[in-house]
This record gives sequence, structure tokens and C-alpha cells, in this order.
Amino acid sequence: MAERSVAIVHTGAANLASVLAVFSRIGVAARVTSDANDVAESAAVVLPGVGAFGAAAEGLASGGLGEALRDRIGRDEPTLAICLGFQLLAAESAESPGVVGLGVFESAIEPVPAEGLAVPHLGWNRVRAGKGCALLESDAMYFANSFALVQPPPGWASATTVYGERFTAAVERGRVLACQFHPELSGPAGRSLIERWLVAARLEPAAC
Amino acid sequence: MLMTRIIPCLDCRDGRVVKGVRFQGLRDAGDPVNQALRYQAQGADELVLLDVSATRRGHGHQVETVRAVRRELGIALTCGGGVRSADDAAELLEAGADKVGINSAAVRDPELVAGLALRFGQQCVVVAIDAARSGESWLVRVAGGSEATEIDAVGWAAEAERLGAGEILLTSYDRDGTRDGYDLELLRAVSSRVRIPVIASGGADSPEHMAAAVAAGAHAVLAASIFHDGVTTVQAVKRRLGELGLAVRSHPTEAAP
Repeated sequence: MAERSVAIVHTGAANLASVLAVFSRIGVAARVTSDANDVAESAAVVLPGVGAFGAAAEGLASGGLGEALRDRIGRDEPTLAICLGFQLLAAESAESPGVVGLGVFESAIEPVPAEGLAVPHLGWNRVRAGKGCALLESDAMYFANSFALVQPPPGWASATTVYGERFTAAVERGRVLACQFHPELSGPAGRSLIERWLVAARLEPAAC
Repeated sequence: MLMTRIIPCLDCRDGRVVKGVRFQGLRDAGDPVNQALRYQAQGADELVLLDVSATRRGHGHQVETVRAVRRELGIALTCGGGVRSADDAAELLEAGADKVGINSAAVRDPELVAGLALRFGQQCVVVAIDAARSGESWLVRVAGGSEATEIDAVGWAAEAERLGAGEILLTSYDRDGTRDGYDLELLRAVSSRVRIPVIASGGADSPEHMAAAVAAGAHAVLAASIFHDGVTTVQAVKRRLGELGLAVRSHPTEAAP
């Protein structure tokens, strides 16, 4: 049933193969969409994303996709944002000054606070799940980011990682999960996290 | 703390994994999908899949291979070999690569690096450099190591970073497949000139070589021969690196000895 599949938001040049592949391995149907109504009404939505904040944010704003995403997050509809998708939830980013994000988080995305370390922050880093996390667990996850949300937003349970200084690795609130790391590239740990989110979204393979 | 990545490399020719010495004398080393899954199960942190086919026809196998590997692979996949244009890169990304490695084409047309970074994002662009020692410096080799250039490898790495590369895959032409250890001076020279991560490649025979590469500035270590030939496993390498004090990802399904 199409309405019981995961809708993956197409934000432009983003590579969707890895995200599609993880849902296929889990055994849950997934499809790619760039339709705002579809995003508003789907049982579960993934906002992936690689590339630059500016181009992606403008892409979301133009088609009404951004509004659909903001609304469903506000209604606690199952939504998973990954990497740049996570950053797009912020109000703005130092990567693309003057471009407005979705504003789900009031804070701004900043350069990774990694004085003297290699940037991008690329590879596996230990993630520590904080108080109140229901989906996130402490484990090593795979990152590829030059920018980061330093302070977790108020009202969200969060996980953090340390690279130079501590920054936000992921946040969750109800059925909304947003990860700076790539769960789809984080081996068994990442797959388990996606499966827990699918269970929260009532989209686990057993229910299909 | 960011962990040292262990990256097995699959050199593929006409759809089969091959391995040579100093880029020559290629011998068959198995089916790419089977090899990829074996390394993933052993705890590889990423995989690199390089197509070394001599012909366009051979390259045709690569997209199929990438698709087949992607279906089963839950870790990052870098693909390269014979990438000549942004469209070649797009084809690999669409098939399932997370990052694209470019080598000769970037040397011939450095703006290709900038174009790829703009279109796909900096973290998608891995500039692969084959560097051959020449006196006190290193010169870039292209066309799978077969052609020498007068381009300084360290300078080219810095230029690639400026153009938008997200990572440097640095192969020592002199050490490739020899198991004599990585060229540590080359690693020091490049990693002190760039801020992006550097992947050490060419010459690995032991975890000790890998630890030395990390001490010389590498953020990740790539190896082919030692894993293909069953000399060791990713698991065994990580266990030893852990003993040597490096932060590595322990494999979740690894049974206690």
C-alpha cells in the first residue's frame, strides 16, 4: 500500500540510493517524492540531504515542501531528518548567511567547533544519548559534516558527540527524529535506530 | 572522539576484484559483492571501490557492481576509477556511491573538482592522488599510475582542497601492493598542508604500519592486498590497533574470543 510507505523527500542533488537501500533491507517500502501534499500526508517522511544549506533551503521553500515538513513536525507526524536535513530544521546556517531554514529549532548552525582538527568531521564518532531519549541510544555513528548545531534545542531530547568540543549529534521529540550523523551509513547501529523510528511510526515490517 | 577508519579497497576490472603490485600484474581476487559483504561483516568502516578497467566496456560493469554492492552495504561507499566528468560522477552516485573519487580527470581539469563540490557537496568529492617519489618531493602520476607528470603532489593536494575536495585519498605509487608500509614522509607532507582528512594508501602490511600512518597525520587507512589475500581481517587489525592505543570502532557482532 503506497500510503503505508516511507516518503523520501527529494531535495535536489542529494544522493538517495543509500537511504532507499536501508529501507529495502529492513523490508519497508520507500518512495521518492517532491510533492508537498504527499509530504504533508505520508505516514512517514525522511528528509535526507547532502550538499549546501543554501540551495537545499531555497529548494524546500519554493515548492511548499518546507511548510509541509514544518507542519508535520509540529503535529508530531513521523519524520526523520538526516545530516543536511537535520541542519535544515534550524533557523539559519553560517554556511549560507541570509538563507532562512525551516525554523523548527530557533538556533543557528555553526561551523564544527573543531579547532586544529580536520574538517569535514568525517567518520565514526561516539554518540552519547542524553536524558529522555526513547529512540536514540549511545553508540558509534557515521558522520560527514563541516557544520553543526552546537546547543541542543530546548524541548527536545538529544544525543551529543565530541570533536574538539561537544555538539548535537541528534535530537528527538515524540515521533520526530533528526540526526546529524547518517544512520543509513552507520551499520547495524544505524539500522537499529531506523527500525526503532519505524516502530514509533507504526511502519515496522511486521505491520505491513 | 573521531575513530580511525579502516577502509578495504576493492580494485575492480571487468566486474572482478583484482590486485597488482605498483599498479601492474593484476591478478583475480574475487567477486566484488561477496568481498564487500565480507569486509562489512568484519567491521570495515567504509569501502572504496575503484574501477581499473582498461576500456570503456570494462567500465560498464562498474555501475552494475555499485548497484549490487549498495543494496547490501550499510556503510559508506566511495567509488572511482575512470571518472571523467560530472555526469560520470552523477551516474555512480545515483547507482549508490556516497562519495566519488576522481584522479586523472581532476589533474587535467582542476575545475572539475569545484564543479562536483558545488553540484553534489564537498563531502561527496574525494580527490585521489597517486604520488611517486622524485628526489626530495613527490610527483603526481595519472592514468592508473602509467603516466608521470611534473606536478608536485603536495601542492596539488592543497589546490584540490582549495577547489572543494572533501577528502584526499593519497596513494604512494612506490609502495602500492609492496607491503613495505605506507610512505610516511608523503603522509606528513600532505597532511600538514591540508585541513581535510587524508586517507593513507599504498603499502600496508600490518596494523603497525597503519598506526604509523595515523601518527604521520592520516585520518583513515586503506588497504587491499592484506585483506584480499586473507593475511588478516579487518577485525584482527582493529583489535591490534586498539591495543596500540588508537580509537577504532569495535564491531558489534564480533564474538568475544
